[in-house]
Amino acid sequence: MSPPPNMTAEASVIEVELASDLKNVEVAEQIARRVSGIVGFSEDDQHKIDMAVHESVINAIWHGNKNDPSKHVWLRFQMYSDRLEIRIRDQGNGYDPSKLPDPLADENLLNVSGRGIFLIRTFMDEFRVEGVAGGGTDVVLVKRLNCNNPAQSRRNEP
Amino acid sequence: MSMKATLRQVDSVIVIDMSGRITLGEGCTQLRELVREQLGKGKRQLLLNLADITYIDSSGIGELVSAFTAVSNQGGQLKLLNLTKKVHDLLQITKLYTVFDIHDDEAKAIGAFEKAAGA
Repeated sequence: MSPPPNMTAEASVIEVELASDLKNVEVAEQIARRVSGIVGFSEDDQHKIDMAVHESVINAIWHGNKNDPSKHVWLRFQMYSDRLEIRIRDQGNGYDPSKLPDPLADENLLNVSGRGIFLIRTFMDEFRVEGVAGGGTDVVLVKRLNCNNPAQSRRNEP
Repeated sequence: MSMKATLRQVDSVIVIDMSGRITLGEGCTQLRELVREQLGKGKRQLLLNLADITYIDSSGIGELVSAFTAVSNQGGQLKLLNLTKKVHDLLQITKLYTVFDIHDDEAKAIGAFEKAAGA
């Protein structure tokens, strides 16, 4: 397994490789929060992005890499003037998010698990799961800056 | 920073003052063991004070649900006290706000237990 091919050094890109260890989830969160702050997201949105990355990295370690410490998780933060795109790659076989049960359905409301993807979808503007040629899975998260928020739109001015 | 919890008894209610993170791993395990321990001692009225909880994830939410179910199944009650905005929002998004009995005043929360116990 090699890192994603497009992980080249660009001013707007931050790439991180983490070992499959739950202790690294907090590291990923902190980077996500820092990067989203640089892009210009509000405190509230920074927390949402932080949580989406937290849940995605846990899924990558737990479900994707089956908690195997010899495997890795790659994060790629691509910063644009109007959005943040985050790609989280694991070495697992992926999943079909459309087949996950609805955690808001009455019969699932008291389930102990099954809310992670729902929270990611709620907090981000886009969520995709993509298979990687040669093995592995990418989760792609996109959050757009809200132009109606003066604090955010000011940061986008040239 | 992991989760910390201190316990105190007010009337028949065990108040658990929690701080830090309730997330997959240590925080969730601690909460599970705390609740199991109290149920083992016959304490079935638990009030979780979440005022100083800084972070809760989907696993932490699941652990709260698990605690609620475990206590309810033993004929007890588990209530939540002093939600931060983040926790409040998460419980609303996940439709759990209506499942839990949530208070922002400790005395009233304790009173709710007493009334329920005496009913």
